[in-house]
Amino acid sequence: MKKYEYTEKKDTRSGFGAGIAELGKTNPNVVALTADLAGSLKLEAFIKENPERFVQCGIAEANMIGVSAGLTIGGYIPFATTFANFATGRVYDQIRQSVAYSNKNVKICASHAGVTLGEDGATHQILEDLGMMKMLPNMTVINPCDYNQTKAATLAIAEHEGPVYLRFGRPVIPVFTPADQKFEIGKAWTVNEGSDVSIFCTGHLVWESIKAGEILAAEGIEADIINIHTIKPLDEEAILASVKKTGCAVSAEEHMLNGGLGDSVAQVLARNYPAPIEYVGVHDTFGESGTPDQLMQKYGLTADKIVEQVKKVIARKN
Amino acid sequence: MELEQLEHTATAVRRDIVRMVAAVNSGHPGGSLGCTDFLVALYFDVMNLKRDADGKVIFDMNGRDEDIFFLSNGHISPVFYSVLARAGYFPLSELSTFRKLDSRLQGHPTTAEHLPGVRIASGSLGQGLSVASGAAYAKKLNGDKSHVFVLMGDGEQQEGQIWEAAQFAPNKKLGNLTAVIDYNYAQIDGSTRNVNDNRDLGAKYRAFGWHVDEMKGNDMADVVKTLKKSQEDPDVPTLILMHTEMGYGVDYMMGSHKWHGIAPNAEQLEQALNQLPLTVGYSDY
Repeated sequence: MKKYEYTEKKDTRSGFGAGIAELGKTNPNVVALTADLAGSLKLEAFIKENPERFVQCGIAEANMIGVSAGLTIGGYIPFATTFANFATGRVYDQIRQSVAYSNKNVKICASHAGVTLGEDGATHQILEDLGMMKMLPNMTVINPCDYNQTKAATLAIAEHEGPVYLRFGRPVIPVFTPADQKFEIGKAWTVNEGSDVSIFCTGHLVWESIKAGEILAAEGIEADIINIHTIKPLDEEAILASVKKTGCAVSAEEHMLNGGLGDSVAQVLARNYPAPIEYVGVHDTFGESGTPDQLMQKYGLTADKIVEQVKKVIARKN
Repeated sequence: MELEQLEHTATAVRRDIVRMVAAVNSGHPGGSLGCTDFLVALYFDVMNLKRDADGKVIFDMNGRDEDIFFLSNGHISPVFYSVLARAGYFPLSELSTFRKLDSRLQGHPTTAEHLPGVRIASGSLGQGLSVASGAAYAKKLNGDKSHVFVLMGDGEQQEGQIWEAAQFAPNKKLGNLTAVIDYNYAQIDGSTRNVNDNRDLGAKYRAFGWHVDEMKGNDMADVVKTLKKSQEDPDVPTLILMHTEMGYGVDYMMGSHKWHGIAPNAEQLEQALNQLPLTVGYSDY
């Protein structure tokens, strides 16, 4: 198992904040919008240096999405920011018609996704956002795994023409990917090479997958760990190449199983190379209040759960 | 354009509308006929459109340095398509593809088929004022002095998103935005007063910080004058209550919400066309 170390823990939303601050300097077309969550989305640096390119929309997310679509018509690249729940479920039809169907260059940047939002509870813990967004034609869906990858993804989506949903979160987690990385949309990242099982992981579950890989390695199981940071377009080639090598798969995501990354992987396998697959994710239930760690434990979003599913899927191989 | 010519153009557009919806036995003639004078005034007189050296309109999605229009109540696509075609954005003959398979003239307007003149999809109501506000904001950022117009329905005012945008535009000082409401008191299930009364729309917008004006939407001279006046204050957006009659120009369609979304049959079509005689020099698609 390849060794991953970290010296600090940071929240992925701060990676977004650093990315958009850099874009503020380098790309005069980038405009940041928020619905009363400038602080939570770490926009302070961008606002300080580019006050004229910051649009405070107040608590009116539907309007923010429409205004974003309108800004593209004048040549701007709007980054519409709020919590993931209000960035998707609350404004699905606005995104569907004014952004996705109209194919506008809007970047929907969503923090506080999943149960790791913590104490605020289920009203704010959206676990369906990736599913909703990946179903929309024209939409690119990205869920980076740490501070550095989130910053790199933020820079990359500004260069990409078309609607994007970028999902990140609130908890501080290890920073284990390189600071100087180039983020390639739609290109999976091989975290570790192994031949016994493929682990397809995204977002906060990538670090858990690395921890799981270490536990498995100690037991003689070599996991091929693939970070699917781009949920759509999906890197089908990387998924198939891995499963052709390992013969089985586990998906790991902080998202509802219905409609999540696991569903996308299963569809690729069912169509091209049927193989056993098991899932780590949330099973048809809402979240609740608690600390992020407690919630990850309770909802089975941990390295131990990944190890359990790996053993289960390996046992299903012939 | 001279007033008389605008009126002749409006008659040709009204003929297009009834012929288009009759041809596919679907579409929305009522609101289209009511808003014809407004759209003709806008595209043939009020708006400064981007043109080539020969004076032919050019479509550029960014709409820089030209006035732009958004249709929020997308179901009145027949009038929008007819006016765009007659303004020169695409061939008039293409109107015959309205609502047919593989057409750029979808039931509700869309950018997906790259129809020149359309900058946003609309149909699901309540979104156009936000989009127009964003486009007006972009013009301000760009130092672009041109103007943004948006048309909404009065039934559409029941959508919550409208009021988010209504609050946003004056707060952002979008004086380069004129929003027009097709004030015909008609929606699918009946009178707006009975379905879910909008009450005093003018007072509501005024309270939100807009200039509020009114015009007779089926009086071409009044439409032109009021739209021009709406562009005077650079810091405050203007809302115009446009009093129209649904189905205007076709007697049996007027005075009822029933022609919101149904097409005339062959006999009714002939009757409608008889009431809309073409002027010499104009032709049907």
